[in-house]
Amino acid sequence: MKNRNGFLTAGLALTCALGALILLGFFWTPYDPNAMAAGGKFDGPSLAHWMGTDNFGRDIFSRVLKGAGATTSIALATLAIGAVCGSLAGALTGYFGGPVDELLMRVNDTLTAFPNILLALVVISILEPGKKINVIIALGLVFVPSFARVTRTAFASLRDVNYIQSARLMGAGNGRILAVHMLPNTLPVLLPALTIGFNNAVLAEASMSFLGIGVTPPDASLGYMLSEAQGMLFSAPWYAAGTGLVIVLLVFSVGLLGEGLRRRERGVL
Amino acid sequence: MKRKLVALLLLLGLLSAVLCGCKDGSADKTPEDGQTSGSNEAAQPPAAHPNEITVGIAQDLDESLDPHKVVAAGTKEVMFNVFEGLMKPTPEGDLIPAVAESFEISEDQLVYTFTIREGITFHNGAPVTAGDVVYSITRCIDPADAGVFRIDALEMVERVTNVDERTVSIRLKEPSTELLSYLTLAILPADYDGQDTAPVGTGPFRYVSRAAQDNIVLERFEEYWGEPAYLDKVTFKIIENADSILVSLQSGAVDLFAHLTSTQTAQLSGDFNIEEGTMNLVQAMYLNHAEKPFDDVRVRQALCYAVDRQQILDLAFDGYGSLIGSSMYPAFGKYFDGSLTNYYPHDVEKAKALLADAGYPDGFSMTITVPSNYQPHIDTAQVIVEQLKEVGVNAEIQLVEWGTWLSDVYTGRQYQATVVGVDASTMTARALLERFNSTAGNNFINYNNAEYDAFFQQAVTAADDAAQTAAYKQAEANLTENAANVYIQDLADLVAVRKGLTGVRFYPIYVLDLAGIHYEES
Amino acid sequence: MKYALKRVAAGLATMLAVSFLTFAAFDLISGDAATTMLGTSATPERLEALRAELGLDRPLPVRYGEWLGEFFIGDLGISTSYKQPVREILAPKIGLTLCLSLVSFLMITLVSIPLGVFSAGRQRFEGARTALNQLGMAVPSFFTGILLSWVFGVGLKWFTPGQFPDAKKDFAGAAVYLLFAAVALSIPRIAMTVRMLRSTVQEELGKDYVRTAIARGNDRSQVLRRHVVKNALPPVVTFLAQTMAEIVAGSIVVEQVFVIPGLGQMLVTSISNRDYPVVQAIVVMLAFWVVLAGAAADLMNQRIDPRLRLGGAA
Repeated sequence: MKNRNGFLTAGLALTCALGALILLGFFWTPYDPNAMAAGGKFDGPSLAHWMGTDNFGRDIFSRVLKGAGATTSIALATLAIGAVCGSLAGALTGYFGGPVDELLMRVNDTLTAFPNILLALVVISILEPGKKINVIIALGLVFVPSFARVTRTAFASLRDVNYIQSARLMGAGNGRILAVHMLPNTLPVLLPALTIGFNNAVLAEASMSFLGIGVTPPDASLGYMLSEAQGMLFSAPWYAAGTGLVIVLLVFSVGLLGEGLRRRERGVL
Repeated sequence: MKRKLVALLLLLGLLSAVLCGCKDGSADKTPEDGQTSGSNEAAQPPAAHPNEITVGIAQDLDESLDPHKVVAAGTKEVMFNVFEGLMKPTPEGDLIPAVAESFEISEDQLVYTFTIREGITFHNGAPVTAGDVVYSITRCIDPADAGVFRIDALEMVERVTNVDERTVSIRLKEPSTELLSYLTLAILPADYDGQDTAPVGTGPFRYVSRAAQDNIVLERFEEYWGEPAYLDKVTFKIIENADSILVSLQSGAVDLFAHLTSTQTAQLSGDFNIEEGTMNLVQAMYLNHAEKPFDDVRVRQALCYAVDRQQILDLAFDGYGSLIGSSMYPAFGKYFDGSLTNYYPHDVEKAKALLADAGYPDGFSMTITVPSNYQPHIDTAQVIVEQLKEVGVNAEIQLVEWGTWLSDVYTGRQYQATVVGVDASTMTARALLERFNSTAGNNFINYNNAEYDAFFQQAVTAADDAAQTAAYKQAEANLTENAANVYIQDLADLVAVRKGLTGVRFYPIYVLDLAGIHYEES
Repeated sequence: MKYALKRVAAGLATMLAVSFLTFAAFDLISGDAATTMLGTSATPERLEALRAELGLDRPLPVRYGEWLGEFFIGDLGISTSYKQPVREILAPKIGLTLCLSLVSFLMITLVSIPLGVFSAGRQRFEGARTALNQLGMAVPSFFTGILLSWVFGVGLKWFTPGQFPDAKKDFAGAAVYLLFAAVALSIPRIAMTVRMLRSTVQEELGKDYVRTAIARGNDRSQVLRRHVVKNALPPVVTFLAQTMAEIVAGSIVVEQVFVIPGLGQMLVTSISNRDYPVVQAIVVMLAFWVVLAGAAADLMNQRIDPRLRLGGAA
């Protein structure tokens, strides 16, 4: 029990520190992240370049700062789409059940089996190509099924609980029951799902970039940078190490935060 | 407990069954492994290593292998070892008889008579006859099959006839100096319909197998008419991932890898020799003349002045590569005009002045569309974006997947600018310059210049070589003066070869000749 | 029996829906088989001729109907890019991807279930263990993949990265190679499963019946084994089934990193080649896999707890 707030503190501290750095990255970086020959080609990490330089002599630390910002904003926006649509669908079907529920589960299966890359390509083709928003929408769609599934389970489990039934007997409308009586009680399940979702979104954006669909250079996301770094492992291992570690750190700190939140919620309940 | 155990056993059983499945399935290749090597091993001194190599290639041969249908440069370069035409190119850029033994040109230059090499056979053992030659050439002039490419340049041919078993005569409508270059088209057996997946030609190597996304295997053709290949067997291993390319070389999985970047070769250890040739591509920032503001010659010229090509080479290519100034690369020898290369020296002030003149004193915004599958073009575009900032042009890169590039940019012509490399399919200037005719179907930059059309026409119909070369050079100069595109470079072709192997030959077209590669005598 | 029929019908409907959506997707994205086949040799006339030859100029429902008809008689069609029958191209790849997925799945199950149950009952180093668990979830599998090929491939030379051995000639080598790829694929999922299992078991441990059982003097570990695990299992089984379905999709990236010529790589390339017969075949197989995993989970859960009726499982 004594560790209960350890996670929350550590998670908050790490997330805030990273968040501050990312915010800083939006306004100021040690070097212009796209300026070529800011240092030599493939300089190792040094005081001048904390994470060394890449094949164009660009400062990797500056690029990572900027890239982490891009990655985080994409992940957050993705999460917003996935969580809102997914939770809504999940809540409704979980609550009402019946044929709608059955249908949603089939749609879920369908989306799970449908290749994400193809989905991304379709979104990109329908919307105006080349915009960051496409990646976000595509990724958001990818995340709808998993959120729907989690929310559905949570709401379905509450459906027949006593206090909900008494609320219904007392004449509360469906909307009121969903929003006032059920939603707060599903938060302990939904919150960690959000943090896990954030992690998955960061990783998914990275994977997408890794396959060539994502943020476009010279603006980099962490995923794109990592895939670029992969081809330079032998002459600049710090490039892959630096970007990879920042991804891990980012996801790790949000994960800790989520764990902390979960524990606090459980303590309260 | 017991039930759990049963479940576990079942699962294990299933797994081993699947593993065995892998074992059977993954390898229906090299059915004739030991068949051809027998006679040769005796002739050669016993070596510590088998007389074969693995060549890494970065893109799969994911199309028909029929040489008359092949599109991708990556497929052509491999299949160069399997097929030959009546004539074939040499590393020096000349043409020598291959399937033909000799040829004669009539006085009026209208009739070419080819004698087929005595005793030459296809990989399937059938002798090459005049009928096969006539079949192969007519197939490219008037294809019955929609997949086969019509060679428009062969319109000059009036008639192809087999005089006897070993003689073919080709009659032209009017004299042409280019016919021989087009007769490098592959000669195929007339009565064979498996070319799509099991190609049969006359080259020094014969096709053995292909496993999609995995490998392609060639073996030496023992009955080759010319000097036989040194190696018994060549396995092409498909490795698309940049990092895996390096790892596979370092770990010994691959002996030879062409078209590496300088960044990649710099990371290789001392086990490799790096040979340098040229890629034979016209790398440029191609501009869509149908889009504003690129319809204005001053804007295009401004972009040419704004881009510092030497800096591109230095920053993105470690200084490798040869600068170009028009749609022609140095390896083409007589057609290349070196004086055009520095027509637009890097000059920011001049660029700004031209932009102001064209009505863009504060620059403008543009999008550069780049296919995402080729890192050198992406790198080049990144440097260009930085350089254009200096003249106030705000360029943004848009990465698209190759399929999208082909349909939106190349065929659809919906783009502003794109950085790619254009190659030549045959060793003629025409192959590079024809697309800029205002009516050409593949004129993806929408170049529309009456003067250019005239020069080109003049070149195609020229009676002798000198006049033709001069006309082509005028056409090239026209492209440069009008700043048709921002010409950058012909990329360096860096080939990593494991020490102990030798014999890499570079050609003025995009091929990978393996016939000369052999282990050094130690 | 009725339930089984319903299940099969639902599965078929899913596969049908997926296959149709994929077909429709190819109509929406830019570029088609003809543009990628012709590449830079394309002219409008050639494109038109080739589209007519491939039958791409016909309306979508007609093409889909034709594909479906052929699919039902077991004809997967001919790859537009390789010109080979799809069946022939995919045969060796299915085995590989299935091996990779099953090895990963086994690894996940065999490692995470004992670990999860074990860790739920203990308090020592709980914080450190949870932190480690979070770390495991945070490492993307392609990063692990790069690290693994770096350390064990280039450094220790246990396997040759970039060259998947021919399983026929070097079975052990192929197995080792797959094992490393499976490790990269499994680590985050092991972490997730352990976490999931631990919290379910802990929740179960907090329930009255467990407290009562222990208070009555039953052996704690016996209670854990007999009752708790059994009751905590259904959601975990569902979760694992989901994992099973997702592993195949996850293998795309890992196959890319390790250069394994499996279905994932084939899918990515075929999409960019607009080689729809190959994509259709792979997508239907994926859908089958997802449906199968879901059905397996339901079935197992019913075995474990007969009270669970269809749709009732989480």
